[in-house]
Amino acid sequence: MDRATKLVAPEISGAEILIRCLEAEGVEYVFGYPGGAVLFIYDELFKQDKVKHVLVRHEQGAAHAADAYSRASDKVGVCLVTSGPGVTNALTGIATAYMDSIPMVVITGQVPTHAIGQDAFQEVDAVGVTRPCVKHNFLVKDVRDLALTIKKAFHIARSGRPGPVVVDVPKDVTGARCRFEYPDAVVMRSYNPTVKGHPGQIKKAAQLLLEAKRPMVYTGGGVILSDAAAQLTKLVKLLGFPCTNTLMGLGGYPATDAQHLGMLGMHGTYQANMAMQHCDVLLAVGARFDDRVIGNPAHFGSVPRRIVHVDIDPSSISKRVKVDVPIVGNVREVLDELLKLLDGQAGKLDQRALKAWWTQIEQWRSKDCLRYDRASAIIKPQFVIEKLYEVTGGDAIVASDVGQHQMWAAQFYKFDRPRRWINSGGLGTMGFGLPAAMGAQFAHPGATVACVTGEASFMMCMQELSTCKQYRLPIKIVNLNNRYMGMVRQWQQFFHGNRYSQSYMDALPDFVKLAESFGHVGVRVEKPADVEPALREAFGRRQDLVFLDFLTDQSENVYPMVPGGKGISEMILAEEL
Amino acid sequence: MNAPVASPYTLPAAETKAMRHIVSILLENEPGALSRVAGLFSARGYNIESLTVAPTEDGSLSRMTIVTTGSDDVLEQITKQLNKLIEVVKLVDLSEAPHIERELMLIKVRATGKDREEMKRMADIFRGRILDVTETTYTIELTGTGSKLDAFIEALDKAAILETVRTGASGIARGERVLKV
Ligand SMILES: Cc1ncc(C[n+]2csc(CCOP(=O)(O)OP(=O)(O)O)c2C)c(N)n1
Repeated sequence: MDRATKLVAPEISGAEILIRCLEAEGVEYVFGYPGGAVLFIYDELFKQDKVKHVLVRHEQGAAHAADAYSRASDKVGVCLVTSGPGVTNALTGIATAYMDSIPMVVITGQVPTHAIGQDAFQEVDAVGVTRPCVKHNFLVKDVRDLALTIKKAFHIARSGRPGPVVVDVPKDVTGARCRFEYPDAVVMRSYNPTVKGHPGQIKKAAQLLLEAKRPMVYTGGGVILSDAAAQLTKLVKLLGFPCTNTLMGLGGYPATDAQHLGMLGMHGTYQANMAMQHCDVLLAVGARFDDRVIGNPAHFGSVPRRIVHVDIDPSSISKRVKVDVPIVGNVREVLDELLKLLDGQAGKLDQRALKAWWTQIEQWRSKDCLRYDRASAIIKPQFVIEKLYEVTGGDAIVASDVGQHQMWAAQFYKFDRPRRWINSGGLGTMGFGLPAAMGAQFAHPGATVACVTGEASFMMCMQELSTCKQYRLPIKIVNLNNRYMGMVRQWQQFFHGNRYSQSYMDALPDFVKLAESFGHVGVRVEKPADVEPALREAFGRRQDLVFLDFLTDQSENVYPMVPGGKGISEMILAEEL
Repeated sequence: MNAPVASPYTLPAAETKAMRHIVSILLENEPGALSRVAGLFSARGYNIESLTVAPTEDGSLSRMTIVTTGSDDVLEQITKQLNKLIEVVKLVDLSEAPHIERELMLIKVRATGKDREEMKRMADIFRGRILDVTETTYTIELTGTGSKLDAFIEALDKAAILETVRTGASGIARGERVLKV
């Protein structure tokens, strides 16, 4: 903007400034729910059509949808809620995004500045209650600070280790007026995340990889978040090493490739966990050695191995496991540098050692740890996911809830590409699935989106069926209905003497009628032979949301399983029970 | 009797040796910055022995001094987590190198009869200054390291101490090293 226009630029309201900022950020959708404190903002939304608003049915749904919109697309998700209960309802969604490092900007209404601290109607200290579960948050007290704050919020949310940022805007600030100018760039002396990895460290890493006799590549959500799947795949192919992904990292390396050992961790494959434990050189990329991945760190550390750890967040390095070559930087940039160094070097690898290592791995793999009873007369949940994979040609975006069904989806749906697997890994939020599927569908209107859920999880956000109707989202809901909080039941079976305390789901609704009452299609499937035809029919209906209620085996468990506190090679396998 | 089953949720705590550290932080002088630092310590279970904060010569920056105890691993995490806070500009663990540490104490003591003279003498020995005098009390100002202040309190008759207030330690590196933007 030149000087002259600046001088004549009219004063506009904070609410309009906010919308103009979102427009400048290229925001297409805002997921939200109105209320008193945000009425000026909603009024401005009404007056324009560049930034579209998606009306959810509960603020938790808004946060999850914005979060999943980001997961599926790499854009920053945006969510708008009112003060007080609007914020507290959104909190679960904010914490979910925080735990999985998802870039999201949450705009929360606040009572007018003069009323703050007076226990005003619908007042809650939004900055205070969200502080432990955001990357950063702001309270904007002056309309003149609004544009810069929004700029900062987007910058912080998407740079470094991404995460949600809350901007709390009092009602009077949205009503006050000033001239609007959106800053082109933002400079913060206190916030300059490292992007480039240290060249000396990268050189050391390359050397270590070339010397490996029993190498392993272990990657997490960081590969997805930094869009480094292509680089990772190239590197793993170049070296011929085995590769495993965490729950958050699925799709980072093609699951159908022979070098992929499946997911690792608490419900990881036998081969992935064994290789993780027994490797001599471990390349960890965009992953954080969390308790569900390596189990007991003391047990993990009992075998000597050298570890290269690439991560954008210095605090993720040497937090739970000591590493030999830490590399702080953007995963994609570091992998690019590593590829440059290793290009043409594959001849230096110890092929004989690698061959022996692969023989060992294939032996582990031959245990066929994901085996289940395919002849069962009752529908096996694993079977449903296998068929889902077949029917969708492995090409669906799969949003999941939390529980056994989530683990089966992760184990049996082979993700060959990133941003197809949308799940709450860090917080493990039941209720995430349906709103997440909505967000993913908004990000990719033409894509096939499936929501894999369990009856208990589904009921935590099922009001969003109404949103799906309003926006005609043709999501296919795959309900693995075992009439139990299956994952809780499994733990109670293993660790609490089969005492199924409060984990049985009695008085379930008729999900077919429930779906129908929201204007959708509902189908109940009770026999294994009907699974595939039902899926085909459902996915053939391009315009409709179809709720598939699969009555599955109530007693099925997720295997392998590493009990909490145990080492990752101490797995309970299906045949052992 | 059966031993209680270890919860499948718990992870064994790593064995570590805790040491005292004094961490100096430069942070944006913004509302909420202090609560973010304090919140980090409580949320992650780090220990705060003392915390002092005030603006610097550059009014947009605050200088904070935190005294904490923890093993090397914990301290590494504390500094990394602090650095992650958006408002933290710079920080240094002063205990890693020679440094100076001072704390201020104001102490009100009973000063009657023959104790009155004794109190004065004690204050002198510890280079304290008597700031306020009544017929029955002295209010003494004392500056030094935490242990010097502790020693002063130890040296007094417990019954004579009416009130104490301590600021917590402030610290600065020795020599030419500075913590500055
Ligand atoms: C909001 C929330 N509350 C409680 C839990 C604990 N939890 C984890 S899995 C689970 C059971 C999920 O049951 P369901 O959705 O039916 O899936 P299933 O395990 O049977 O496949 C529960 C209660 C959670 N993860 N999230």
